[in-house]
Amino acid sequence: MALTKTQFGYRRHPDQDRAGADIAEHAVVVVGAGPIGLSLAIDLAQRGQSVVLLDDADRIGEGSRAICFSKRSLEFWDRLGIGQRMVDKGVVWSVGKIFHGNSLLYQFNLLPEEGHKRPAFINLQQFYAEAYLVDRVEELPAIDLRWRNKVTGLEPHNDHVVLTVQTPDGPYRLAAQYVVACDGARSSLRGMVGAEFAGQVFEDQFLIADVKMTAAFPTERWFWFDPPFHAGRSALLHKQPDDIWRIDLQLNRFADPAIEKLPENVRPRIARMLGHDKFEFEWISLYKFQCRRMNKFVHGRVIFAGDAAHQVSPFGARGANSGLEDAENLAWKLDRVLRGTSPEALLESYHIERSAAADENIRESTRSTDFMAPNSQQEARLRKAVLSLAKETEFGKRMVNGGRLSTPSTYETPLSTVDSDSWRGGPRPGASMPDAPVAGRNGEPMYLTDAFIGAGTGFTLLAFSNGAAPEWPEGLGTIRIGGEGGLVDCAGLAAKRYDAEPGTAYLLRPDGYVAARFRHPTRAALDAALARACGIN
Amino acid sequence: MALSTASNFAKPDDAFRAIVEAHRGLSDEQSADLDAALVLVLANHIGDIAVLNEAIALAKRRMLDASQQQQQQQQ
Repeated sequence: MALTKTQFGYRRHPDQDRAGADIAEHAVVVVGAGPIGLSLAIDLAQRGQSVVLLDDADRIGEGSRAICFSKRSLEFWDRLGIGQRMVDKGVVWSVGKIFHGNSLLYQFNLLPEEGHKRPAFINLQQFYAEAYLVDRVEELPAIDLRWRNKVTGLEPHNDHVVLTVQTPDGPYRLAAQYVVACDGARSSLRGMVGAEFAGQVFEDQFLIADVKMTAAFPTERWFWFDPPFHAGRSALLHKQPDDIWRIDLQLNRFADPAIEKLPENVRPRIARMLGHDKFEFEWISLYKFQCRRMNKFVHGRVIFAGDAAHQVSPFGARGANSGLEDAENLAWKLDRVLRGTSPEALLESYHIERSAAADENIRESTRSTDFMAPNSQQEARLRKAVLSLAKETEFGKRMVNGGRLSTPSTYETPLSTVDSDSWRGGPRPGASMPDAPVAGRNGEPMYLTDAFIGAGTGFTLLAFSNGAAPEWPEGLGTIRIGGEGGLVDCAGLAAKRYDAEPGTAYLLRPDGYVAARFRHPTRAALDAALARACGIN
Repeated sequence: MALSTASNFAKPDDAFRAIVEAHRGLSDEQSADLDAALVLVLANHIGDIAVLNEAIALAKRRMLDASQQQQQQQQ
């Protein structure tokens, strides 16, 4: 039933022939070739770093697992050169519907406006995402991906880490200036640095079934409270590519996983939901979940990202997407530290920004889970009241929590320069850059996110021209809107989304977050903002 | 303090009476359902999270205090 999609071979590496104390030394070793480790390795390699990427398996994981990838993740993958491939294969969606019993309570649109390159979400089986990422890795000689290389030992030193790696040919050792652990929720590296991973355990069980069928349901996220086919509990239906549908059913706390998982027990439930049994199982998984995170994401020279660092409930698509946000946040910082253009302290901002994001994700997904599986009679009563009020009040609809979907966090961070001018809108420092449609020099339609990629992998100044020739700090990428040779803001949406006037400029970090903004930047103000954003104080 | 605890109704007895009467004839279970819905409706009408938090704190403090007194009287 569960298909192994792609198999890779173990290859012996010359590092394994080194004897005794003469071990190979690398700049960065990334552990775990899941979506986070692969994306991080690609980002680092595109910045010119050599990366060793270790994975204990020799194949891409089974089952669909993560399926919802956010606009933010797609914009990151665009920078890695694989966004289009993901979108081409994925199922694009932005509308969600919430039902109570038989009736529609309300619907929401996660991207109700035009003028964005990427949709709110695509649904794509995780194994496709991983396969495309591996294809991209194979185009980059700077990444050395080693399958069936399992880290079994970790020795921290002041300025490097020594890893012991088990392979089919036996163990070997290698040294790295930095190790990034992207080895998932059951991270073994987490244990090796002695870090705790405490949090809230949820007792409710959920059943995921991916079924293959041809159906005419729209490409929307449908969520039911107390549906007629699954009384008293919740259910979710979502479309994936290849006529695969994700079905998620809440079970009771005491259900026996071994029995519930049997296809002959799952089939009647799904048949009741669909009204027919013309479907085949692709993948069945029963799960409970925890919401937790590490106290510190940076342990000396070992840095944690993705599920290794934080775990959330699946309602809200905050797992893989937040891990990808970790990767885009870390890559440019680690690159600068390795080059010596920023102090090591810059890495602390990774912990500050991403642990706060993890807290936000945990808070949001815990609230969704508690709403779906109330903890007490009174919580159930309050939920019942919300669902009944939602039938005729706007505020009730807004309180119904069937999952709040992932949006990028706004960072409260020492890297931001506090606004000194007055703004009525636009992204404030710490927020991610909004997209907008523009036209290139020859009138060709494009997006701001395309222009951001075109401006290079470093810091970028997004400047709305006022005719004056500004003085940029050296090495800064630029996107000019308006003026001679600049991009044309044909629909006026760039100016609107950035609350821009002629002269306005935004300093964008390499991960596309706003570091600072000015109505009329001076060279001195830009230099200071740039230094601050680089962790140079 | 954002929460107003001054007497805001011209006729406080009317307000108390309206709530009491809403519960007349209801089982405990139904009464609890009514209260839950009423709390949500009123909380939304207030629409100010600081006021709501103060109201919760006040209600909880008095509730705990009252149940303690009741226990002492029973001893």
